[in-house]
Amino acid sequence: MTTANQAGPQHQARRRWGEWLIENTVRLAGVSTILIVALIFLFLLKEGIPTFLDIPLRQLFSGRWYPIESLYGILPLLVGSLLVTIGAVIIAVPLGLTVAIYLGEFAPSWLREFLKPLIEILAGIPSIVLGFLGWVVLAPLIQNLGASTGLTAFTGSLILAYMALPTIISISEDALYAVPKEYRDGALAIGATEWQTIWRVVLPAARSGLVIAVMLGVGRAIGETMAVLMVTGNAANIPKLGAGMFFQPVRTMTATIAAEMGEVAQGSLHYSTLFGIGIILFLITFAINSVASRVVGVQGSRRRGGQL
Amino acid sequence: MNPIISIENLFFTYADGTEALRDVTLEIFPNEVFVLFGPSRAGKSTLLRLLNRLSDLNEGSRHQGSIRFNDRSIFERGIDVIDLRRRISMVFAIPTPLPGSIRDNLTYGLKMAGVRDASILDERVERSLQQAALWDEVKDRLDTSAFALSGGQKQRLCIARSLALEPDVVVLDNPTSGLDPLSTATVEESLYELKKQYTIIMVPHSVQQGARVADRAAFLLDGEVVEVGSVSQLFVRPQDQRTEDYVTGRFG
Amino acid sequence: MTRQQSHKLAKMLITVISALVVVPIVFVILFVFYHGVSALSWEFLTAPPTNGMTEGGIGPALLGTVILTFLTAIVAMPFGVAAAIYLAEYAGDNRLTRWVRLAIVNLAGIPSVVYGLFGLGVFVLFFGFGTSIIAGGLTLGIMTLPVVISTSEEAILSVPQHFRTVSLSLGATQWQTIRHQVLPHALPGILTGVILGLGRAAGETAPILFTVAAFYLPELPKSIFDQTMALPYHLYVIATQVPGMPLEIQYGTALVLLLIVLSLTLVATPVRTSMRRRREW
Repeated sequence: MTTANQAGPQHQARRRWGEWLIENTVRLAGVSTILIVALIFLFLLKEGIPTFLDIPLRQLFSGRWYPIESLYGILPLLVGSLLVTIGAVIIAVPLGLTVAIYLGEFAPSWLREFLKPLIEILAGIPSIVLGFLGWVVLAPLIQNLGASTGLTAFTGSLILAYMALPTIISISEDALYAVPKEYRDGALAIGATEWQTIWRVVLPAARSGLVIAVMLGVGRAIGETMAVLMVTGNAANIPKLGAGMFFQPVRTMTATIAAEMGEVAQGSLHYSTLFGIGIILFLITFAINSVASRVVGVQGSRRRGGQL
Repeated sequence: MNPIISIENLFFTYADGTEALRDVTLEIFPNEVFVLFGPSRAGKSTLLRLLNRLSDLNEGSRHQGSIRFNDRSIFERGIDVIDLRRRISMVFAIPTPLPGSIRDNLTYGLKMAGVRDASILDERVERSLQQAALWDEVKDRLDTSAFALSGGQKQRLCIARSLALEPDVVVLDNPTSGLDPLSTATVEESLYELKKQYTIIMVPHSVQQGARVADRAAFLLDGEVVEVGSVSQLFVRPQDQRTEDYVTGRFG
Repeated sequence: MTRQQSHKLAKMLITVISALVVVPIVFVILFVFYHGVSALSWEFLTAPPTNGMTEGGIGPALLGTVILTFLTAIVAMPFGVAAAIYLAEYAGDNRLTRWVRLAIVNLAGIPSVVYGLFGLGVFVLFFGFGTSIIAGGLTLGIMTLPVVISTSEEAILSVPQHFRTVSLSLGATQWQTIRHQVLPHALPGILTGVILGLGRAAGETAPILFTVAAFYLPELPKSIFDQTMALPYHLYVIATQVPGMPLEIQYGTALVLLLIVLSLTLVATPVRTSMRRRREW
């Protein structure tokens, strides 16, 4: 019973070969992402490994970064990154969470529809533009407040906080939104006020999601380059402990790479050390993202088993 | 007469461990209307989807036992699943036109099979629409969107779409579930015509519908076949108490 | 203060803080626009910088950014869409798939300056492309991959499952089903993702610092193995490295960059919504 639509064996073989080819092509594309991550790490290692071999660990983690005198102590850079990031988190987390609560619980829907794209736009503003504004507007402003210079860790934190906000807001909002409606209804039903419900029920229930929001915000802040390069003053000092430390110039790991890579001789120890700093950055963000995605649960297949 | 489809000791388990079919054995003969009925979750749809291996889409599911179509196991290694799906064609419970015109819907399967000849395509479009009793209503607007049709027309379009492939078996999974009585009657009437050319396996909307259209029927309960037989046996003198209870409306 | 009052106060506080976060976004954009708009002219957009960059326009930098963005699309789009098709349509629920997803999450999180190091190590040095458009474009393309993959996958998954089932039940192969049913409907979403990714790539500075960007290069590039100026780096240079730079030119450059990036973002969003509305299911 052969009709016009029943294919011959030859046609069948060609069809199978075509399907096989396409499936394996797209699989290759998918699996290459693993390869790329591995390649990035390998090339960082390849160029950066002398850092850890040729510089005694004690010197590497010492407090003096003077490449001209062959002093490669990365401690000031680590502290600089840490300081700027912590400052950014202290500013961005409460603000981001507040905005997420506002969007999720209080904002009228028309305003929500307007605000969410606006926040997406903030995520789209290039860091160089924010850095530029920090440089020409914010830094002079901070100097006028009485600091010796406007280019400080705090200036960097302020800009970074702003850049990390979209990440923190959108992930927090998702986390709040994912809290089952029954929880709220239950709390409201036993006479809790709207505010108590948010504070005692919704926020605790969304806790793991909020932690992730903070973590990814940290990941975003610690890797940010151009804006901090422009506004943190780039002094490789370890600021003295105390409240004033936020108002001194610092130099971050990212800014060091960006500022110095253009001037080093390829293959020199200075060059390797910049790659070495890259390895540290890679490992920090890799750890943050791997842990965050583990908490969220990286699923395998996301295909839905439909009813049809 | 040899059965066109024979199912032997078939078990089927979904990925989540739900056992949907247990030891199902059935034979279906050419040019009959075979009705599978029973309460919801009895395994009817699961069985239908196994027949042309749409069940492959349920990742992680397992089966045991055999289904033979024209005396060849459909689970055999070298089997061409694509060809199997053209020979055993499926109509779903909800009308499911694909985006595009009425003509696009009808020629989709053929074009995917590599049929390019416009005269063949046109001829199939007209014939399948005739067989599904839709031709007169849509012949002047074949190139308009399939979504503009009424619910009953959409479902008949889906039937026609299956027929356009000239399959051996047409599988209908509760095809009149969303339809008004008039459209239901039109679809049921067309079945009498269709069985001259095709074997029809159908899950009916109700026991009454089953009794109206079936030549033979099987009653399924909790994944097992309780009773198989001719329409007069099953709906008039059931052997099994559970069948009788269901047919007379005591449960389900 | 009663409980009622304190709750009212809390709600007000939340609203005020939210306003404090959101209003500056608008302010930043308007501020750059206000100070930069007077610099804009056809000549500014096309002419090369002159007189130690303190005069003239941004032509070569603008062109460089357009070329780099184009190259980014060529690299990221086919690769990203293929990976998304794999994840959405073929990948099983297994360890390999989880690894791929973990890799994508991490690609998205790697700092842009580390991508710059990677590009320097692989494309500039290892493959010997030198500091060139191709090295920068490849670096930006790889950096843009995770955005393209995740938005494309989302778009593909949003195509109703029953289109696939029906298509397969009519004897279409899996690829035919993807090609004729899934991709046409996922296309608007895929394009949105690509455009969003390109918007981000166009504004990036760190990945191009050591792979392509030239400090000052008045001639236009002749091939993809040449260096080029690029807008984000140019802004960095004129803001911090050139003494006596007129502020107007700085703001003008920032404005052009902002307009490019924002228009890409803005184009992407309404395209998505209007396409969604046109769907018939």
